[in-house]
Amino acid sequence: MARLNVNPTRMELSKLKKKLDSARRGHKLLKDKRDELMRQFMNLIRENRQLRAEVEEAIKAADRYMAVAGSVMQREALETALMLPKQEVELEVGEKNVMSVYIPVFSPKYRTDDTNDIYSYGTAFTSIDLDGAVKALSEVFPKMIRLAEVEKACQLMADEIEKTRRRVNALEHIMIPDYEETIKYITMKLSENERSTTTSLMKVKDMVLKDSHHYH
Amino acid sequence: MADNYKAAVIGDTASVSGFAALGLSVFCETEPEKISKLINRLAVNDFAVIYITEPAAAAAGDTIKKYRSSKLPSIVLIPAIEGNTGDGMRALHEAVEKAVGSDILNK
Repeated sequence: MARLNVNPTRMELSKLKKKLDSARRGHKLLKDKRDELMRQFMNLIRENRQLRAEVEEAIKAADRYMAVAGSVMQREALETALMLPKQEVELEVGEKNVMSVYIPVFSPKYRTDDTNDIYSYGTAFTSIDLDGAVKALSEVFPKMIRLAEVEKACQLMADEIEKTRRRVNALEHIMIPDYEETIKYITMKLSENERSTTTSLMKVKDMVLKDSHHYH
Repeated sequence: MADNYKAAVIGDTASVSGFAALGLSVFCETEPEKISKLINRLAVNDFAVIYITEPAAAAAGDTIKKYRSSKLPSIVLIPAIEGNTGDGMRALHEAVEKAVGSDILNK
């Protein structure tokens, strides 16, 4: 631990004591922040993991339908069927503040009210597997929106936790010990000065008394 | 900032065409450079969520990393039609490792 480069004066001492005080308070606050962030992060991560597993499973199922549809229909026909969607999604983006991390909140808005109104084609010329694929995807879509939200939240919170942890460590292991050591150094230096003043005063007093009263 | 944002899907044709029916904006792109450019363009054009297939994401890794710490857009990896590579889950583990210091999900 390094002592700070300051003059050993009373003024510096009281300044340092104030700094140490606020460093201790900041350390406690940041530690609380880190713990709470971590708690929320772990909850989110758990949700994230489950959502991701579900979404991946559903997309895999949809892809399976899609592969079959692609094999029984001509590519052009498939593309034409999906080319002009009936449905349109817009996202309203809100914001949530979790321990001063601003995470986005998405709420989807559909163009048509009926969420089942997803088939953009007539059923006469398309494979039934295409219906299956579209249905599977539309069912999982709310989860995909939530996944986008949670995944972003996890990334942002991971960043913030890392930052907070660094600050806590810097305060705990560097700044606070440095302050403490410097305060100790100044206190020692000051009392040393005081002692040396006292001894020299006593010496002078002795000399003066000797001179005026001829003491031995 | 506009009130209404859009959602996009990037990947190869077979994997992403189904999403068109849901009303998402679908971009079929497989060349790495074009994917990076596309992501950058979507990010400034009011796209809040970008779903990207794992192979396409692997080709544009740096660009995706760049947006990881910004609030929008949220880039989400989805499996492509060839199957799940596990990249999406891996990103999750990376986040845990960053936050906690070690990957505690494997336990």
